[in-house]
Amino acid sequence: MAGSPDSPGNAGFEQPASFALDAESEAEIAKLVAKYPPGRQASAVIPSLYVVQRQMQRQTGSAWVPVKAMDAVAHRLGMAPIRVYEVATFYFMFNTRPIGKYHLQVCTTTPCWLRGSDEVTRTCRELTGIKGWGETSEDGMFTMTEVECLGACVNAPILQVDDDFYEDMDAEKVTALIAALRRGERPKVGSMAGRQGSAPEGGPTTLTTLSFAPEA
Amino acid sequence: MLQDQDRIFTNLYGLHDPFLRGARARGDWDGTKALLERGRDAIIDEMKKSGLRGRGGAGFPTGLKWSFMPKQSDRPCYLVVNADESEPGTCKDRDILRHDPHKLVEGCLVAGFAMGACAAYIYVRGEFYNEAMALQHAIDEAYAAGLIGKNACGSGYDFDVFVHRGAGAYICGEETALIESLEGKKGMPRMKPPFPAGVGLYGCPSTVNNVESIAVAPTILRRGAAWFSSIGRQNNTGPKVFCISGHVNKPCNVEDELGIPLKELIEKHAGGVRGGWDNLLAVIPGGSSVPLLPKSICDEVLMDFDSLRAVRSGLGTAAVIVMDKSTDLIKAIARLSKFYMHESCGQCTPCREGTGWMWRVMTRMVEGRAEPAEIDTLEQVTRQVEGHTICALGDAAAWPIQGLIRHFRPLMEERIAAYRGRTGTPPMPIAAE
Amino acid sequence: MAKVTIDGIEVEVPNGSTIIQAAEAAGIEIPRFCYHERLSIAGNCRMCLVEVEKAPPKPIASCGYPVADGMVVHTDTPMVRNARRGVMEFLLINHPLDCPICDQGGECDLQDQAMGYGMDHSRYAENKRAVKDKNLGPLVKTVMTRCIHCTRCIRFITEVAGVPDLGATARGEHMEVGTYVEKALGSELSANIIDLCPVGALTSKPYAFVARPWELQKVDSIDVLDAVGANIRVDARGPEVLRILPRINEDVNEEWLGDKSRFSVDGLKRRRLDRPWVRVDGKLQPATWSEAFAAVHEKLRGVPGERIGAVAGNLCDAESMLALKELMVALGSSNLDCRQDGAKIDIARRDFYCFNTGIAGIEEADALLILGSNPRREAPVLNARIRKTWLNNGMPVGVVGTETELTYPVTALGAELSVLSGLIDGTHAFGKALRDAKKPMVIVGQAALARPDGSAVLAAAWKLAGEIGALAPDWHGFNVLHTAAARVGALDLGFVPGPRGRDLAGMLGGGVDVLWLLGADEFDTSAIGPNTFVIYQGHHGDAGAHRADVILPGAAYTEKHGTYVNTEGRVQHGFMAVYPPGEAREDWRIIRALSEMLGKTLPYDTLEAVRARLAQVNPAFANVGFLPRFGASDLTAPAGDPAAIGSEPLVPAIASYYQTDPISRASPTMAACVTAHAPATAIAAE
Repeated sequence: MAGSPDSPGNAGFEQPASFALDAESEAEIAKLVAKYPPGRQASAVIPSLYVVQRQMQRQTGSAWVPVKAMDAVAHRLGMAPIRVYEVATFYFMFNTRPIGKYHLQVCTTTPCWLRGSDEVTRTCRELTGIKGWGETSEDGMFTMTEVECLGACVNAPILQVDDDFYEDMDAEKVTALIAALRRGERPKVGSMAGRQGSAPEGGPTTLTTLSFAPEA
Repeated sequence: MLQDQDRIFTNLYGLHDPFLRGARARGDWDGTKALLERGRDAIIDEMKKSGLRGRGGAGFPTGLKWSFMPKQSDRPCYLVVNADESEPGTCKDRDILRHDPHKLVEGCLVAGFAMGACAAYIYVRGEFYNEAMALQHAIDEAYAAGLIGKNACGSGYDFDVFVHRGAGAYICGEETALIESLEGKKGMPRMKPPFPAGVGLYGCPSTVNNVESIAVAPTILRRGAAWFSSIGRQNNTGPKVFCISGHVNKPCNVEDELGIPLKELIEKHAGGVRGGWDNLLAVIPGGSSVPLLPKSICDEVLMDFDSLRAVRSGLGTAAVIVMDKSTDLIKAIARLSKFYMHESCGQCTPCREGTGWMWRVMTRMVEGRAEPAEIDTLEQVTRQVEGHTICALGDAAAWPIQGLIRHFRPLMEERIAAYRGRTGTPPMPIAAE
Repeated sequence: MAKVTIDGIEVEVPNGSTIIQAAEAAGIEIPRFCYHERLSIAGNCRMCLVEVEKAPPKPIASCGYPVADGMVVHTDTPMVRNARRGVMEFLLINHPLDCPICDQGGECDLQDQAMGYGMDHSRYAENKRAVKDKNLGPLVKTVMTRCIHCTRCIRFITEVAGVPDLGATARGEHMEVGTYVEKALGSELSANIIDLCPVGALTSKPYAFVARPWELQKVDSIDVLDAVGANIRVDARGPEVLRILPRINEDVNEEWLGDKSRFSVDGLKRRRLDRPWVRVDGKLQPATWSEAFAAVHEKLRGVPGERIGAVAGNLCDAESMLALKELMVALGSSNLDCRQDGAKIDIARRDFYCFNTGIAGIEEADALLILGSNPRREAPVLNARIRKTWLNNGMPVGVVGTETELTYPVTALGAELSVLSGLIDGTHAFGKALRDAKKPMVIVGQAALARPDGSAVLAAAWKLAGEIGALAPDWHGFNVLHTAAARVGALDLGFVPGPRGRDLAGMLGGGVDVLWLLGADEFDTSAIGPNTFVIYQGHHGDAGAHRADVILPGAAYTEKHGTYVNTEGRVQHGFMAVYPPGEAREDWRIIRALSEMLGKTLPYDTLEAVRARLAQVNPAFANVGFLPRFGASDLTAPAGDPAAIGSEPLVPAIASYYQTDPISRASPTMAACVTAHAPATAIAAE
């Protein structure tokens, strides 16, 4: 799964026959391109792939980037399509195959593993019926992906749902989170254990003597 | 221990308003114009004097790096901020992005001005979606308040700040891979020379700095190099955000001074090792890339660049991963091998092929399904990768295994013996030829 | 210049050189896989590691590391050897080691380097990687498990070919080279990646499992399937030509070769004329040489010279054209033509019909107007040189014509020739771009000349060249790009109508009673008068042979020693690689033999004698291989009235790149290419 190019045509899922940027995507890409110097619009390829991935989510409920969408980005940015294929397959956050409604991304790298990512994985699997990484639950609700370090290690283990980090997870919290997602709710992002950001549990050991008066 | 008034990231935990109002209350954007009026050379000089060493892992002196930028350039110059924080164990920049973004934005202006840059691109790892949104909000505020953009802070200097999100590639934390990625390509590191200061983003002079390195700059300039260098130890100056994860009672981020003893760091801020200090097995002191340290070294070692180097490890990103005696250390390191295999960009032969080889052997080592002689082979493979690639990812993949073998070889041998005792069969699979 | 010491040898190399280049200058070869001097530097294979004194204490990739004055480099220390052994081991752990069934065997860089740096056993006990093969079209076969990810192919296709179809998708050990979305490579130069591939990942599809390199006899020759005169090596086993590869000639093709020139080789074995034929009672019957000669002799008896004509085809060697011309003259005919397309060419001066800038000279140009040519299809190797120049200096390129997908951005000036007047008088914006250039070039193609007003177009193009400063004492920027390999040689010989002679059009429709076609297949043979007796001398059963009354089987270019003059006017010799099939013979010898029978014995019996005669007819033929650069010394214009240009828009000179001559039309591989690329899709330049 991870990284193996889902070369269109041998991947066991259907690529849409066409893709056109909708007005919302066009507007977003225009804004993105403006960030870079003239002639450097290729810089906008990664953000533009996010844009089309979101458009797919809007239109189909599944956030992924079909080949035709890569072609649309290539055309919009004046790039050779292969250069966009390279980018879309190099970066891990572009889904080159359809995914479920919620993307459960379990960090299993050592810091999360030390804090119980196995338990998070196991609970996710039990609750969704998903057996292996990269698979989508039968009801199409969830896709589970093993991800590498998410950069929130002091709040490990992390379960990332789409763009949101849920931190300090354990079996119980995963169960609550998935139940909430099934109900269509999005619990507040961050520590599920109620911690203040990255501060130690029970309150900071530093920054306790400062107070700031808001400026008038 | 560092006093609160000497801490730079006063909203590390997000207890206060992260945005402009709160930031101003904490002293950000205070007299920025005057800072710029000191001039490029004075700013760089002050940074050099502060002794600030880059906070991204390599510890290269920041002021010196800035001074490599051309004084005169017919091409635009760029500041590129590396917010692709992905080194396992590390989550300090995340707090700056979401809780103290104005320190970074102000730092961009000051640093960008000092190096003659026309714009800063802040490359935020793709997974930090909410953090990037917070940063973007801060940038929008700063534009609206005239702090950046045309005539930034009334200085007469025009300076833009842009956020660019990555999309899931650890390698983009390598500065030239980051530049490639920013240009819309795969994140494959470039050969050096040429260095970014000569040929960087879009072929123009560029400097790539870590978030923390940039974010501390305004405070250094305001409070002075002497203040900064009075904190920490010689050649290892200043406060630093540490990340303490793994088997501690209270994992956390905390800003403290460089040179703090590892044991003190863990016990004071992270509630101590789970089960007590004597339950400690090993610590990875600077993010996953650096070799681990057994407890015997952890007892005494100080947390700074030179002290950790002296014990053949490194400060790296100051991300402390603590492992107690319940840890299957071989498995912990094997998981890091998998990480590096997954994150290898694939261009250099030794890294592309070697990371997979190392992980596969490590996977067998976890079971003990190996010959004792394979420990040496594995060690040699790490040596064949180390130092033979364009960037340092190959080194980073090699070092954790080297650290494991250096300090825990008997553990690996025991595991092999146990496997043999259990199965009674020679462990080696059939050769692949 | 920087003074560098490499393994104790001191060399001086230009500043900015890399260590690997300095080593080359010192005569030391450093092993490499990804590095290629004509491609950008990737630095990824890590095989070329060396040790540099006073540098960081680790091996340094010599391909990308710039030299510095006083640098001391060691290429063979324990550190270097260990590093290379390590890299080699990594390259081999996932390499299939299927050399016995690999077509690269015997000419494989990995195999060769493994002799020096490989171990005698594998320490890799894990499963090897398997990679799905890619379908890149009819020419390039892939066995992607063998790929060592050097990215030479990607860089060639992107940089040199300029048709960015290839890339490396995914990352790490999953990285795969391919097109991602399956497609045939859209470049006319695609097969060069076979030569560039250092392993057996990319091999020749038509040549798969045909032969081993050590079985082959290798003969130097010249390509004739376009007018570039690419230097080639013909690899043959016994009587069969098995493959054709490019040879390096920096001034002509560098080391590239067009796909047609490489892969039409299977056309050499099909539809061959391997014995004489004589038409009896309306049907061609097999005949002996004496019967065929007798038929010709019989027919010519009593036909006056002015009723005899000869047309030289596009693939002819100069020797045979010389012999035929001199026989015609001896027979009293001045009805000669080599311009089957009817191109209006003034042969008064050589620089009226040659590519005067020279192919290598293109690299000095800083602006270009292409008039009635599609160099990408008509001369892909030359087109690569234009692209290279554009990459280097971004020169503006304007195109008058319909085809603008040339692998570099162009200003499309339309297909109407009326635009020329605006370019000449400078009122057109692109005319200014040309004037602003220091070394502007004009390329006139056959599409611009092969039309009724061709002389006028030629004269106008010359005038334009003069106006924009392309005709200077040190710069000749006026160029005619031919499509036929034989054309310039024929023009140099004067294979055009003599005084009161008829051109091809005049010979058709009964203009002559006897028409000798020397490999001429590229005109509408149905226009030949029904009573005209046609002698076809050539090697393939194509259009000309179909209409013939007598067929004299000749030799294809791989089967004879031949002199060819490329579009630049460069005289080059090809050598015989195999004998002509069956009873076919070298062409000039056929004519020489027949001349004797006709009582007009030509005065040469040996190749040396023919070539001596060639040099007598035109001293240019004495100057083999070398072509001095020259400026425009005489500004007198070619005949023609620039104002007499008609209103017909330009149409392409060739319909399909892959099928332009009897050999490529007989090639199943070229037919497969036509199928693979139909319907033609436009491929944008990067």
